Amino acid sequence: MNRGYRQIRVLAVICLSVFSLFLTSCSTRQEDLSNNIIVFNYGDYIDRELLGQFEKETGIHVIYEEFLTPEAMYTKYKNGSVKYDLICCSDYMLYKMIEEDEVVPIDYNAMEHIGNIGDIYWELSKNFDSQNKYTVPYFWGTVGILYNTEMIDYVPDSWTQLWNEEYKNNIIMQNSVRDSFVPALILNGASINTKDKGELRKALKDLQKQKSLVQSYLVDEVRDDMVNNQAVMAVIYSGEASLAREYNENLEYVVPKEGSNIWMDSWIIPKGGKNYDGAIKFLDFICRKDAAQANFDYVYYSTPNEAVLEDIDDEEKEEDNAIFPDEDILSRCEMFKYLGSDIEEFYNRLWKELKVY
Amino acid sequence: MKKIGSKILTGPYIIWMIIFTVIPLGLIVYYAFTNSGGAFTLDNVVSIADTVNAKPLWLSFKMSFEITVICFLLSFPLAIILSKYSKNKNSIIVMAFILPMWMNFMLRTLAWRLILLNNGFLNRAFEIFGLNSVYLMNTKAAVILGTAYDYFPFMLLPIYNAVAKIDEDVISAARDLGASGVVVIRRIIFPLAMPGIISGITMVFVPSMSEFVIADMLGGGKVYMIGNAIEQAFNSGYADIHLGSGLSLSLMGLIVISMLIYKFFDKGEEGHGIW
Repeated sequence: MNRGYRQIRVLAVICLSVFSLFLTSCSTRQEDLSNNIIVFNYGDYIDRELLGQFEKETGIHVIYEEFLTPEAMYTKYKNGSVKYDLICCSDYMLYKMIEEDEVVPIDYNAMEHIGNIGDIYWELSKNFDSQNKYTVPYFWGTVGILYNTEMIDYVPDSWTQLWNEEYKNNIIMQNSVRDSFVPALILNGASINTKDKGELRKALKDLQKQKSLVQSYLVDEVRDDMVNNQAVMAVIYSGEASLAREYNENLEYVVPKEGSNIWMDSWIIPKGGKNYDGAIKFLDFICRKDAAQANFDYVYYSTPNEAVLEDIDDEEKEEDNAIFPDEDILSRCEMFKYLGSDIEEFYNRLWKELKVY
Repeated sequence: MKKIGSKILTGPYIIWMIIFTVIPLGLIVYYAFTNSGGAFTLDNVVSIADTVNAKPLWLSFKMSFEITVICFLLSFPLAIILSKYSKNKNSIIVMAFILPMWMNFMLRTLAWRLILLNNGFLNRAFEIFGLNSVYLMNTKAAVILGTAYDYFPFMLLPIYNAVAKIDEDVISAARDLGASGVVVIRRIIFPLAMPGIISGITMVFVPSMSEFVIADMLGGGKVYMIGNAIEQAFNSGYADIHLGSGLSLSLMGLIVISMLIYKFFDKGEEGHGIW
């Protein structure tokens, strides 16, 4: 009996020490925060050289962290172990965080270069930041169709092309819930933010009908497969489309005439950040013309920075309609809104029904 | 003295088991039987019967069965041939079959993707010989092929070990008594290799049941197995770890039950309970 107890005690001590080893190794990142800012952004979504330049100019050290999906960002932020000063994320997630009162208003008056951001992008931001109080636009883009001109001799400028029997096994769809529902919802005349379960079910029916024509549902591989001439057309983000076109000159991008989804990634200052002034300085820095220019050249997504846009000649703009869309595209497109957990759960259910169909 | 020494030696193993097996398993059971509010519920475990989960479960079962059969049909004759040529485990021929296992399995699966694509290596080779191209990528066949390829060594090695251990004299005696080659395989080698066959089947069938990465990479998002359903529950925008845990637990339960049934029938026949 006695010995048994002792063994358990020894075991418990060993367990605890192993655990505490884990814990201490996790929490050793308590650096002096007075002259640091902690920035949280998507992977490979900034020109890293800017971080060094910023530190040299201001003396503020940037601790830079990356995440893969907005959901992963949210989970880690909520967990609270790291006090982020700045987070860059997508429209619907920012809306959710603003609704949940997780953000601090941004003092635009303290920013010298905020004027570089064009008016239409502030207007666009109102979709998730209704008073233009909490966000600074970073990059934006659309969802459209990337097609291979070698395999199709007209411009597939309508979502109906995704249901064209002629291209059976030659269509690639996005492997994510809301993006994949966009074409079906728009063709049925519904909003892409509809909360009407009947409309969503109807869209699902159409997508199930489409499934036999679809070659694959992909995320990152869409670009690679289109570059390798695997399919005639694919639903894709404009930024990815432009990158694909660099590798394969036969690819063209079009935003269907019925309209589409438009997205924006913006910066917020979350509650709990330790260095508000540093965060503002960083935001001002990346809005500054030279920094924004370098960053645009690196990321190459559509920029809302008009000082940068001014310098790009019309020829380049015409050549890349994915990054420099026509003005009227904005009026045709709609931004995703956060639909609440009830509809999110319903979407999740429909997605599974599509996958098992 | 010796007793205490061996107790100390088991210590690290026990700690390992507690941290990486007992605690995670306990968490899964806890999450499976609770909802997001922390209250007790059976919904998550029962949801395996929901059509959106039952369909992929049935698909996984069918595909794992096919994968296991393919692996067995390839491994059994090969094990006999290999054991004839080389009683030595380190021989080059055996090495040739183990060697691919030394490369990361994600890379091997990615390689299959390049081979099977519409204009991949396979179809280009077909083109050279004037054959019609085949549409394999993003189909169930591609997933079965990729999984069978990945798990093939897990079937081959146990069977090979069992066959290699069979005493030559036993086979010679059977021959001497007039048994034909087929009879020797059926009545001598097959029963004696049974322990290896059973562990081979277990090691192929069980992991293919919960496979989802290969289905993702070669199925193009069109082949939705129970592993994918569980993965989606944990990873999608609407993450529900309770549902994911419930599904995992049900799947685990079903596998244990099928193994028990298997063991029961196996005992009735030959008495090799080895798993």
